[in-house]
Amino acid sequence: MQTFTYYPGCTLRTKAKDLDAYARASAEALGIGLIEPENWQCCGGAYTSATNEPATKLSAVRTLMAAKETEGLVTVCSACHNVIKQTNYDISRNEAMAVKVQRYLELDEAYTGETKVYHYLELLRDVVGFDNLKAKVVNPLKGKKIAAYYGCLLLRPSKALAMDDPENPSIMEDFIRAIGGTPVIYAQRNECCGGYITLEDKAQAAKRSNAVMSSAESMGADMIITACPLCLYNLKKNSGSSLPVYYFTELLAEALGLKEVGNE
Amino acid sequence: MQRIGVFVCHCGTNIAATVDVKAVAEALSHEPGVVVSQDYQYMCSESGQELVKNAIKEHGLTGVVICSCSPRMHENTFRKAAASAGLNPYLVEIANIREQCSWIHKDIASATDKAIILGKAAVAKVHLNAPLTAGESPVVKRALVIGGGIAGIQTALDIAEAGFDVDIVEKEPTIGGKMAQIDKTFPTLDCAACILTPKMVEASQNEHITIHSFSEVSDVKGFVGNFTVTIKKKARYVDETKCTGCGLCTEKCPMKKVPNEFNMGLDNRTAVYIPFAQAVPKVATIDPNYCMMLKNGKCGVCSKVCSVGAIDYKQTDKFIEQKYGAIVVATGFNPIKLDKYDEFAYSCCPDVVTSLELERLMNAAGPNGGTLLRPSDKTHPHTIVFVQCVGSRCDDEKGKPYCSKICCMYTAKHAMLIREKYPDTEVYVFYIDVRTPGKNFDEFYRRAVEQYNVHYIKGMVGKVTPKADGKIDVQASDLLANEQLHINADMVVLAAAIEPDKTARPLATMLTTQMDTNDFFTEAHPKLRPVESATAGIFLSGACQGPKDIPETVAQASAAAAKAIGLLCKNSITCNPCVAHSDELMCNGCSACEKVCPYGAITYQDKEFRMPDRSTAIRRVASVNPAVCQGCGACTVACPSGAMDLNGFSNSQIMAEVDAICK
Repeated sequence: MQTFTYYPGCTLRTKAKDLDAYARASAEALGIGLIEPENWQCCGGAYTSATNEPATKLSAVRTLMAAKETEGLVTVCSACHNVIKQTNYDISRNEAMAVKVQRYLELDEAYTGETKVYHYLELLRDVVGFDNLKAKVVNPLKGKKIAAYYGCLLLRPSKALAMDDPENPSIMEDFIRAIGGTPVIYAQRNECCGGYITLEDKAQAAKRSNAVMSSAESMGADMIITACPLCLYNLKKNSGSSLPVYYFTELLAEALGLKEVGNE
Repeated sequence: MQRIGVFVCHCGTNIAATVDVKAVAEALSHEPGVVVSQDYQYMCSESGQELVKNAIKEHGLTGVVICSCSPRMHENTFRKAAASAGLNPYLVEIANIREQCSWIHKDIASATDKAIILGKAAVAKVHLNAPLTAGESPVVKRALVIGGGIAGIQTALDIAEAGFDVDIVEKEPTIGGKMAQIDKTFPTLDCAACILTPKMVEASQNEHITIHSFSEVSDVKGFVGNFTVTIKKKARYVDETKCTGCGLCTEKCPMKKVPNEFNMGLDNRTAVYIPFAQAVPKVATIDPNYCMMLKNGKCGVCSKVCSVGAIDYKQTDKFIEQKYGAIVVATGFNPIKLDKYDEFAYSCCPDVVTSLELERLMNAAGPNGGTLLRPSDKTHPHTIVFVQCVGSRCDDEKGKPYCSKICCMYTAKHAMLIREKYPDTEVYVFYIDVRTPGKNFDEFYRRAVEQYNVHYIKGMVGKVTPKADGKIDVQASDLLANEQLHINADMVVLAAAIEPDKTARPLATMLTTQMDTNDFFTEAHPKLRPVESATAGIFLSGACQGPKDIPETVAQASAAAAKAIGLLCKNSITCNPCVAHSDELMCNGCSACEKVCPYGAITYQDKEFRMPDRSTAIRRVASVNPAVCQGCGACTVACPSGAMDLNGFSNSQIMAEVDAICK
């Protein structure tokens, strides 16, 4: 059994418990071991753009260091993934920063990006393989027209995240096919949902999220799936649309026969 | 004892403004062997040269040092002057105190010091210069043109006109290139085929021109005046000499679902095909990737219907070898692939097309017979958005840093033609800048705006999104009005950047010519030698050298032809005597020099030597073919025993220069 370090992040402990629970259950069913590090902290969320400040890297580096002994670090939340992968990318290219972080954290040697970071979707694609996933599906989501919502954080900046083509991605669509559904391609799938400005300008957030939902709806989607807790919240609460929104892990668990969802 | 003359040039103020030329002349007059040291305002002028000539005669000079501009500018001038005064031209040395000194320094004192040091180095070198005599090599009176687009055709026609034999090598089954795919040409709006196809026919009928279609250059050996080129004639599975181009095989071929590259994949062709009606040569070609007979031996319809027995499934690639005096590169361009520009939805929406695809959509011989219809549902588009600079003037590695030059004009042409033919269609053009220099070009663009009411909007398109109702949402910014726009369009046309053909780079390696970072061939001088490559005997024609429209391409094609004719007119050419030679007594036959020689000029021979004990030994030693050697000096550096040396740039001369600089 392959074993990875699994970093849930703060949202998955509060608002996004479903995203977390189904991810763990599905990994077990797929023969992937996920170990949660002890005493993990926030990913360092808000600070990614402060590239010159070592303090903003510390949190992510602690997490990355914790995964050194396993085959890699797996994250699910789009935001955590974005922060940790970007930090890993930056620090592997910036020796001076790596040394500063080493001194702050009083490490024996500098951490220079050795850990491989996987988003859960990458784990499914690159470690499990979508073909193997398909073979393990017991409850295929036949006839379901599913729209993948990537949002802004999952793929960008594309050089650092190196996950998929940021303008014409296919990883979630391939995932949908693997669990037996029919992917719906729609224009707004990689546009911002407006979640970040919900507190500041609710009308704008509503406009953005509605654009996403109606774009998916117009292309005939029965439901939307996402990996991002903030997107899910915003699409559900602010868009004014009744199109169901799920975490991709919920549908994964359902397809693997671990839960009944999406049939209401 | 050497008698050396030093001549320091002011170059007007180019040198004299930052270098104290009188001080340089004074300082160098004390160097060993220097008997005369003078300065003059323009040493390259008639009277400046006279000064050098008179000094040679008067002082009986055995060596000359000119402190002036780069030897690339005037070395030849001064060599000729020396020769006319009876001094071997290779006893002249240039100290470059302009490009490498006065132009790059500001401080007069330090620039003067440096000029003196450069002069001293040249004096030290000229002490060791030996008189050299240039040999001659014959010129094969035949030219090769690589690429059969409008550039290659024009070059070939002009060379043939002068009475020389020319071969065109074209990788596609027909000549014609990109121009054959274009519908109308700017700024006159005449039909491209109507002006191109007569030239194609003329080329095929000219007794001096041989067209090798569906062929590639696979090897180039030799040097200016005497290239040996291997041409690969790819198997087309049709005997060119028998096929009459009747087209019966293409009608009967059951494999009808092959993407038609001539129509940019917008419709299909058969596995056996003639690219277009006016193809030259008008001969069928079988596509082995789709032909069922070639793939699994089941079919043979074309062979049965061919009345002249031209189909030959057993045909293989053939190689022919031919000698040429001159080679003209005319490999042209291609639009870039747009797979990295998914924000414009090119790969997911059939109604988002490139400009070249639009040419085919509007062409009478295109997929819709000349009626502009949306590829998705064959309906008439009422709103069309053009996006310029897709991949051009791009500051990241996705696109190209340069301006593709032709897009502003062809977009204006498309917009105008659509408004003319379908006045009910609204046309928007998004641009960064409109660049229309050229004869009658800006007037043409103004007509599109003023007479045809094309909506030109300064700003870039951010996102193109296909909608459920079949329309396309184009989100863009209008930079002048400072507002965000959403245009509900039926079609989007992308002006893709153009790039050199993929075959250009391997060809450049074969020809040992230089390319820039964008894979455009580099001209010998950007202003003064624009159609020659830095490699003697290789000329550049058309867009392989940089983005060009048709008028410019044709002008350059004729210029390249003129240069090639100038070479072919000569019965022999003077060789460069500054070539490598091997000291056979020192050579140990290790092959180090052969491995680094880019021109294949070094071979090995077993030679008999008298040994010190009077016995005879057979030893393997290097020998240099002086006609092939270009004098690059790579072998002299690689040689571990110091046997290789370069005439005019010997190891001892270089060391003397270094010593003089370090003194």
